[in-house]
Amino acid sequence: MKKILTLLAAAGVVFAGAAAFAQEEGGHSEANPTHFPIHEPKQSNWSFAGPFGTYDKAQLQRGLKVYKEVCSACHSMNLVAFRTLEDLGYSEAQIKALAAEYTVQDGPNDAGDMFERPGIPSDHFPAPFPNEAAAAASNGGAAPPDMSLLAKARGVERGFPQFIFDIFTQYAEGGPDYIHSLLTGFDEKPPEGMKIPEGTHYNPYFVSGVSLKMAKPLSDGQVTYDDGAPATVEQYSQDVSAFLMWAAEPHLEDRKKTGFRVIIFLLLFSVLMYFTKRKVWANVAH
Amino acid sequence: MSEGHSTYTPKTGVGRWFDARLPLPRLVYDSFIAYPVPRNLNYAWTFGGILSIMLVAQILTGIVLAMHYTSDTNLAFNSVEKIMRDVNDGWMLRYLHSNGASFFFIAVYVHIFRGLYYGSYKAPRELLWILGCIIYLLMMATGFMGYVLPWGQMSFWGATVITGFFTAIPLVGDWIQQLLLGGFAVDNPTLNRFFALHYLLPFMIAGVVVLHIWALHVVGQSNPTGIEVKSKTDTVAFTPYATIKDALGMIVFLLFFAYFVFYMPNYLGHPDNYTIANPLKTPAHIVPEWYFLPFYAILRAITFNIGPINSKLGGVLAMFGAIAMLFIVPWLDTSKVRSAVYRPWYKLFFWLFAANCIMLGWLGSRPAEGSYVVMAQLCTLFYFAFFLIVLPVLGLIETPRRLPNSITEAVLEKNKGGSGHPAGATASPETKG
Repeated sequence: MKKILTLLAAAGVVFAGAAAFAQEEGGHSEANPTHFPIHEPKQSNWSFAGPFGTYDKAQLQRGLKVYKEVCSACHSMNLVAFRTLEDLGYSEAQIKALAAEYTVQDGPNDAGDMFERPGIPSDHFPAPFPNEAAAAASNGGAAPPDMSLLAKARGVERGFPQFIFDIFTQYAEGGPDYIHSLLTGFDEKPPEGMKIPEGTHYNPYFVSGVSLKMAKPLSDGQVTYDDGAPATVEQYSQDVSAFLMWAAEPHLEDRKKTGFRVIIFLLLFSVLMYFTKRKVWANVAH
Repeated sequence: MSEGHSTYTPKTGVGRWFDARLPLPRLVYDSFIAYPVPRNLNYAWTFGGILSIMLVAQILTGIVLAMHYTSDTNLAFNSVEKIMRDVNDGWMLRYLHSNGASFFFIAVYVHIFRGLYYGSYKAPRELLWILGCIIYLLMMATGFMGYVLPWGQMSFWGATVITGFFTAIPLVGDWIQQLLLGGFAVDNPTLNRFFALHYLLPFMIAGVVVLHIWALHVVGQSNPTGIEVKSKTDTVAFTPYATIKDALGMIVFLLFFAYFVFYMPNYLGHPDNYTIANPLKTPAHIVPEWYFLPFYAILRAITFNIGPINSKLGGVLAMFGAIAMLFIVPWLDTSKVRSAVYRPWYKLFFWLFAANCIMLGWLGSRPAEGSYVVMAQLCTLFYFAFFLIVLPVLGLIETPRRLPNSITEAVLEKNKGGSGHPAGATASPETKG
């Protein structure tokens, strides 16, 4: 009976494997891809990856510049307050000045009227459009997503067995990797015979189709950096992806630092507890 | 093992005065200090204690989170983000709570599978087992409603899909669904009642946990040999022996928990839940939390009509049936021997069943199309066959290995013939100290 069962189990495994393979291959061709994204996201070396990861403040400042000068024309960042930019290494005075560049609607005043005033540090980044419908109307029918949480709200499924390895490598940068890949993927040419819907732009890194409404947003030399970093799409994209990770997870450094202390504490505690337990049980056969 | 004579003797005058009026210290002493536990319990038995601290941790973090959360569809998502950004250590509270739910389920699955492996559900522990199943059901309801509260895309669409199951019930289905939702679709009334229930259910769990522990203390713990305690030498006192072992188990468990909370807090979640709920935009794949995936796979495996039962109702029945199986396990298993240690065939089927559950979980995360459906159907078939065929039949035809006469004999036999030195950590569960 044991032999029969082993055989059955083996057959089951082979069948499952073959079926999964067939699933992968079925109906997939270059011009008519059925699985998205067409390319897996490229993985970058982020300063904030790993157990001791920290944000590179110079990079975040450059990323903020890219956001302000390029992305913010269409993308809001509703959840991020100017005051939190202290994390990027700005002084209070610098933040006041930066906030004051923006005009914010406030009110009503004593007369019952809404009025406009310069921004203050407790304000959030003002949105480029008054509401989602207006945003959609100005962008070919698809409202550009809010960027506050984009780096956590995007990510390509890793699949088996990669998702198991990710636990050990602490891979948690799927969001910034995806954004960076997308931003640098617009130059790739679609394979021959592929139909790209009108008003959309081919990008093999896009997670839900062959193309998206957003056109290539960055080009070389578009933003002038003050710190001598290269003015290339690659650099802009890295910087803005890192900045968006900060915007989505501002307490990441704090979290990892606290985590290290917690883990060390628990490790010591468990070692002590292990020896205590051995001592207590030493004379009891169990 | 049942309620013996209490050996508690208050040492101080105040203690005697108190004990004569309200013997609460006596109850604690008898339950957690003098209480006899089998001397051969392995680390699989520490998960009961682990589950208790997880429940307490979830309630504590949850109460503080509730102080900052707003259950209004217009405000909920941003109130969670406010916790993440502006509340002092709010990110930690929220990650502890959301990952805590996952680790609660990891612990409960280990706990349930331990019960299945060692036959802990067999007489006289049927009620103990059923109370555990009720806790598990309440946990599922709590986990599901908790996932709706952040009001992200998966919250909204998960709630829409799962409450949609109820419409499959003939005659009263639509009425039940509307009662759950407080309307015709998931909206503000849904969020509000889910929040209220999400706050209530953990206290109901705590209540059933009290019954669960009470029942445990009446019948006593089972143990890896599955042989009842026969004499005093079979047991050790709860304190310090079980306390210290449980504490070690808890700390190691917390170590894994902390690893996720602090280094990969979003690993067990779905990115889509960081996008605010949008009733007009359906996500490409709606998937529930990982701990529901095996049941989700079973639900979707029924793609065909069975007589008058259409595939939708069939799926719902299969899914609830899969949980119902657990409740009747004590009567499905016909074996006279409890522990899989002495049941070679049951041991094999147990591990096949465990692998099958993991496979179902993976299939639940795949889209329901092509060969995945066939695989899910085969796995569902095995899931039910394990309960309805393997458990009853195996108990009748299997020849178990020779059972030791007592726990003490089993322990001494093992120590004599075994490796001697406690190479504990890597040993298989039934031999682990």
